[in-house]
Amino acid sequence: MESPGRGPPPRRPGGGGQCEGGQKPGAGGGEYRGLNFPTLDIATLRAVHKSIDAAYKTFSRNYGDAIESAFDPLLWLLIKFEWILLNAPWWVIVLAIAGICYAASRRVRLSLGVIIAFLIIGVLGMWEDTMRTLAIIFVATLIAIAIGIPLGIAMSRSNRMQAFMTPILDVMQTMPIFVYLIPVVMLFGLGKIPGLIAVVIYAVPPVIRLTNLGIRLVDQEVLEAADAFGAGTWRRLFGVQLPLALPNIMAGVNQTIMMALSMVVIASMIGVKGLGMPVLQAVTNQYFALGLFNGAAVVGLAIVFDRVTQSYGRRIQEQRQS
Amino acid sequence: MTAQTHEGIHVGRLYKVFGTDPASVMPLVHEGIGKQELLEDHGHVLGLRDINLDVSPRSIQVVMGLSGSGKSTLVRHINRLIDPTEGEVRVDGEDMLALDAAALKQLRRYKISMVFQRFALFPHRTVMDNISYGLALQRLAKPERLERAARWIERVGLQGYENSYPHHLSGGMQQRVGLARALATDADILLMDEAFSALDPLIRSDMRALLLDLQHELHKTIVFVTHDLEEAIEIGDRIAILRDGEVVQNGDSQDIVLRPADSYIADFTKSINRGRVIRVGSIMEPLKPDLSGPDCPHDISVEEALPLAVASPGGEARVLNGEGEPVGTVSLGTLVRALGSEREHDRAAAGIAGQAAEAG
Ligand SMILES: Nc1ncnc2c1ncn2[C@@H]1O[C@H](COP(=O)(O)OP(=O)(O)OP(=O)(O)O)[C@@H](O)[C@H]1O
Ligand SMILES: [Mg+2]
Repeated sequence: MESPGRGPPPRRPGGGGQCEGGQKPGAGGGEYRGLNFPTLDIATLRAVHKSIDAAYKTFSRNYGDAIESAFDPLLWLLIKFEWILLNAPWWVIVLAIAGICYAASRRVRLSLGVIIAFLIIGVLGMWEDTMRTLAIIFVATLIAIAIGIPLGIAMSRSNRMQAFMTPILDVMQTMPIFVYLIPVVMLFGLGKIPGLIAVVIYAVPPVIRLTNLGIRLVDQEVLEAADAFGAGTWRRLFGVQLPLALPNIMAGVNQTIMMALSMVVIASMIGVKGLGMPVLQAVTNQYFALGLFNGAAVVGLAIVFDRVTQSYGRRIQEQRQS
Repeated sequence: MTAQTHEGIHVGRLYKVFGTDPASVMPLVHEGIGKQELLEDHGHVLGLRDINLDVSPRSIQVVMGLSGSGKSTLVRHINRLIDPTEGEVRVDGEDMLALDAAALKQLRRYKISMVFQRFALFPHRTVMDNISYGLALQRLAKPERLERAARWIERVGLQGYENSYPHHLSGGMQQRVGLARALATDADILLMDEAFSALDPLIRSDMRALLLDLQHELHKTIVFVTHDLEEAIEIGDRIAILRDGEVVQNGDSQDIVLRPADSYIADFTKSINRGRVIRVGSIMEPLKPDLSGPDCPHDISVEEALPLAVASPGGEARVLNGEGEPVGTVSLGTLVRALGSEREHDRAAAGIAGQAAEAG
């Protein structure tokens, strides 16, 4: 995070066959210079990095506060939600979650399983961290849906928009997770907001993609029927396209939640409290059991979210297809 | 409304070219470039060429043709699901192409409705909600909506399925929902794009009977697309036959069967049961004053008239018009000859002439 002046070693795409694997990590591309690839010299490279960093730093110095205050409502939402989860009696929360689970999936055994999972988490002393993680996942997913569905709709309505967005989404999904942390931290410092933003950026692509896909897959003839009966753009969208795309959108939400969950552990590196913190401690201090328990709690949450969203998606799909 | 108050549907000099820049190839189309050539050399698809069609109110106009002949494209111009490249479409005198988006929506809500080949029901809505879809768009209050939908559910024989989802129903039942959905809006004009083509033959004839039954009470203006001549003849007051985007013939069933415009249409009519299709009135000869009996109505089929003619001593029967006045004569010979197609006659005649020529 401090001066990233020494960037990653320069890439050698396909080139230097004979020195495959000879590159030491972090060697900075100095030692084998001249073998075959015309690399920029270190000074120039460093200057390039520096000027980009400087530009971004000026940007964040000038606009960081303004942008941060724009995120205040989200922070408020996150804090409120966390407060509720941390202050409500535990059994209320367990029952509420089991209730939501049953409402979404209509499966008794799944709901009982959820209750048991949360009881075990509580008994093993991870209740507080789990609630914090739950809060950030919940808020991050809400934001991802609020951003992702409109973007997905926009993408589905214009091929040009789709052509523009697809590579961006590809980059967002393949960029190593840690790289997201750097600019966010430079802009906002450590804490909940940068954590939330990093999680949302990382987790939003599936909702966008699957909303787009879902809408594009809606039967043309059914859309034609809506038109033929005089539905306008909005009625067509909300009355036909979105409801019919819902199973796909739910699959996107499911993936988004899973990605948010995996990002939460990493976000703990920039000060997001929750299950990630103890995992991080466990790694640095070699506390195997601590890491295992907290890791298992993350897995538990993942399974709960996954089963609930999936069986909800399946239920609405079953209703309409044989 | 414009000064023109001509009722019914009018399609005039309608052209439709699909592609990136239809206007650029229109001169070629007017010069009569072939569909194949237009596609291969200019990358545009000729959908419709110079269509002129008038559908009189309260009648059933069938549009027939092979796959790709432009039937769907043509009906979709009537409610402007497709915009023409050139030409005009008028519904009850109103210029469809002059309508703005809002007026077009109104027209689709109240005046024209549509039934689709693959039903196109809303899979996430119950039968009841599907049928009342158009009524919801008409902003009808919910109680009235449900009441009207319930009436149509009963009329098409779907009682007990109100709360089922479409995929729980058989194809025939789904299309009953499609039909009820279209009829529920009380639109005067009904467009049916191969509405029965996806159904089994038996169900299909049930649906035809249902449609004719409904038409008997409702007197809609119906444009009915099909690729089945038998269906066309059973249903249509008039039948327009399309080939490669052009109308090759437009007439009633008697015209099509007795006077096919060309060999393309004659091919269509080959497999038809002529005895059942051809009406006595369209093959009768001038009235012989001295003939007294037996009498047969002008609109019975050849098949039905044959026994009458056979039973008559002279092998002839008198044809009566709708008012019961004698208007013509049919003989056994005429009736039997009607059973073979014109082309076979021609061929036979040509054959005899040829033999005669060779002999001579
Ligand atoms: N959107 C479109 N873009 C390009 N070509 C089209 C389009 N719609 C129709 N066509 C072409 O126009 C011609 C007429 O198509 P249309 O669907 O009207 O035929 P049809 O008579 O309804 O056939 P079918 O019996 O298969 O439904 C075909 O050659 C078809 O490929
Ligand atoms: Mg068609």
